[in-house]
Amino acid sequence: MSAGTNNANAHSNANSKLVKKLIFMVLGMFAFGWALIPLYDLLCEITGLGGDTGGQYTYDPADTRVDRNRLVKVNFITNTNQGMSWDFWSDKGGMRVHPGELNEAVFYVKNTTDKRMVGQAVPSVVPLTATDYFHKTECFCFNSQVLEPGEEMEMPMRFIVDSDLPPNVQSISLSYALFDITELSGGQAQLEAVGHESAGGD
Amino acid sequence: MSEVVEAGHGTHDDHHDHGPDKGLARWLFTTNHKDIGTLYLWFSFTMFLIGGVLALVIRAELFQPGLQFVNPEFFNQMTTNHGLIMVFGAIMPAFVGLANWLVPMMVGAPDMALPRMNNLSFWILPFAFAMLISTLFMEAGGPNFGWTFYAPLSTTYAPETVTYFIFGVHLMGASSIMGSINIIATILNMRAPGMTLMKMPLFVWTWLITAYLLLAVMPVLAGAVTMMLFDIHFGTSFFNAAGGGDPVMFQHIFWFFGHPEVYIMILPAFGVVSQIIPTFSRKPLFGYDSMVYATASIAFLSFIVWAHHMFTVGMPLAGQLFFMYATMLIAVPTGVKVFNWVSTMWQGAMTFETPMLFAIAFVILFTIGGFSGLMLAITPADYQYHDTYFVVAHFHYVLVPGALFSIIAAVYYWLPKWCGRMYDESLGKLHFWLSFIGVNVTFFPQHFSGLAGMPRRIPDYALQFADFNMLSSIGAFVFGFSQLLFLYLVIKAIRSGKPATDRVWEGAHGLEWTLPSPAPYHSFTQPPKITDAEAHS
Repeated sequence: MSAGTNNANAHSNANSKLVKKLIFMVLGMFAFGWALIPLYDLLCEITGLGGDTGGQYTYDPADTRVDRNRLVKVNFITNTNQGMSWDFWSDKGGMRVHPGELNEAVFYVKNTTDKRMVGQAVPSVVPLTATDYFHKTECFCFNSQVLEPGEEMEMPMRFIVDSDLPPNVQSISLSYALFDITELSGGQAQLEAVGHESAGGD
Repeated sequence: MSEVVEAGHGTHDDHHDHGPDKGLARWLFTTNHKDIGTLYLWFSFTMFLIGGVLALVIRAELFQPGLQFVNPEFFNQMTTNHGLIMVFGAIMPAFVGLANWLVPMMVGAPDMALPRMNNLSFWILPFAFAMLISTLFMEAGGPNFGWTFYAPLSTTYAPETVTYFIFGVHLMGASSIMGSINIIATILNMRAPGMTLMKMPLFVWTWLITAYLLLAVMPVLAGAVTMMLFDIHFGTSFFNAAGGGDPVMFQHIFWFFGHPEVYIMILPAFGVVSQIIPTFSRKPLFGYDSMVYATASIAFLSFIVWAHHMFTVGMPLAGQLFFMYATMLIAVPTGVKVFNWVSTMWQGAMTFETPMLFAIAFVILFTIGGFSGLMLAITPADYQYHDTYFVVAHFHYVLVPGALFSIIAAVYYWLPKWCGRMYDESLGKLHFWLSFIGVNVTFFPQHFSGLAGMPRRIPDYALQFADFNMLSSIGAFVFGFSQLLFLYLVIKAIRSGKPATDRVWEGAHGLEWTLPSPAPYHSFTQPPKITDAEAHS
């Protein structure tokens, strides 16, 4: 390094080298800012942060032990996001289930408007320590829903609470927020893609 | 050392023998570090006054409970723009201005390393802020989502003018990045022979570290506002839960920028105070090396504490504990600094000229702000303090009597060197006492209203907070108007102050004091000799 010289050429050489390095650092940090998005998704997946319940769960009933001695309360919460005018409810506010057992709950949506609309439910589970032990084999949140004016839809959701659920967890709350994605989804072709991949990304 | 022999034969000396151009062209096209420093300082003072007017609108509205002067929507625009203008328009450019004026003189360089880029990085700023402030006069109104512009407030629910805000932030970021590259290049490549890194004045050290912080986080901010732009105009869903994004992720990205940003605003202040206290204590700075290492440690820690701003959004226990302990760890290097300043004063032959008064007030009041920060770091306690006036009190204590006092101290300290004339000492002391009393009357009661549960960013409040708020507002008006005295003082000094000596202060050490007062337009075209007496004061 030519630090401390007053030679113009030496300075401008050293400067342009250094400036290149610094610009490289700036570009690197700009890229890092964008890389935070997949990194954050990865972190959420690992830690259960954000209550992400993951995608469709496949399992072999023969391998699954049902814990008949234990009952876990599962609460269902349905919300519609601001500006979403559909009705959204579940047939029961909650149920008591045995870990390891396959259960079904039914949710309903009704398009109360006179327009064709697209809805997307985004799930979240609390406590966060339970997210890894709550599995859904079938869920309407894996896809978006397209409803004609006045149309009502019955949406079954099947889930299993893992028998390895930590013993201190006695109740789990599963909350769905229903969003109006009519504008966001634009064309029908895009609707299917919005489905579970991105819904799992929260 | 062979290059030293060639010194003075550099080709760039050809046109260095004349003074500045005349008229407006001097300021538009200048590549002189002193001119650009002056531009930065006047620009930031203008922004300071504008941001101050917005603050007084806020305090006028909060003088009494109920809605008096402005409606809640406009109130939100006031808090948002007050924050944005003070952070990006007043504090940051003021420190860049000080760096422009002082870094070349302190390391014995003839100018900044990249003078033309220096001109560009300043002249972007007026456009950035014209764009931001113009939104206040538009029908949709200015940004109203808080200076932290959390999505979806700043995306789904933002006023249409948000795009002006986004491009304004892009320009401010570009300006800061160019300024930082320039400062790093100057410090690393342009030091006079013998000015080794560990002989540099602490102001230069703190700015070197600050510039690296800026390079690391301003691009992340640029990324965040670009994502907002995409969400708003191009149908992406980075921060929109309906499309699979996550609003909480915005907060993580923002604070990954935002926490280093708060150190960007305080590290140069540490540098300024580390120059002033030794001068008026007539002792060298206590623990120079530890000051350098403490600054570097604070800079490193600033990258791993961001989530303490968002304890209440929900995160795993391990995360809460990590961010709590990491945050508390910052108190260690900061404590080293405070004790070093106190030890520098210990048994020194102290005098209390205006810059010293501001510097001592900095040490005391910044420490109060540091302690309230420590309280906020305690995760369970933060659930109570979060988004209350306690937070407002905390960050105003570190930014107003912290960063701002250090800038004012720096202006009083170096103004005689810049313009060759002394300021009026008794008026300076009056300015100090008005500011000191004003700032404490404004912000100290906010600790109490915050602990009692008063939320921040509201135009109206419950009756039990009335007394504290009235006190706060009175203090704010005292503080605000006493800054006009500062303006008067500076203009009076420039126009008709008594001529200053070259050394200016009896106890001053450092290369800048070996130059005549006022500092000539071109200084150190021949590299100076570095003697031990002139090394780090």
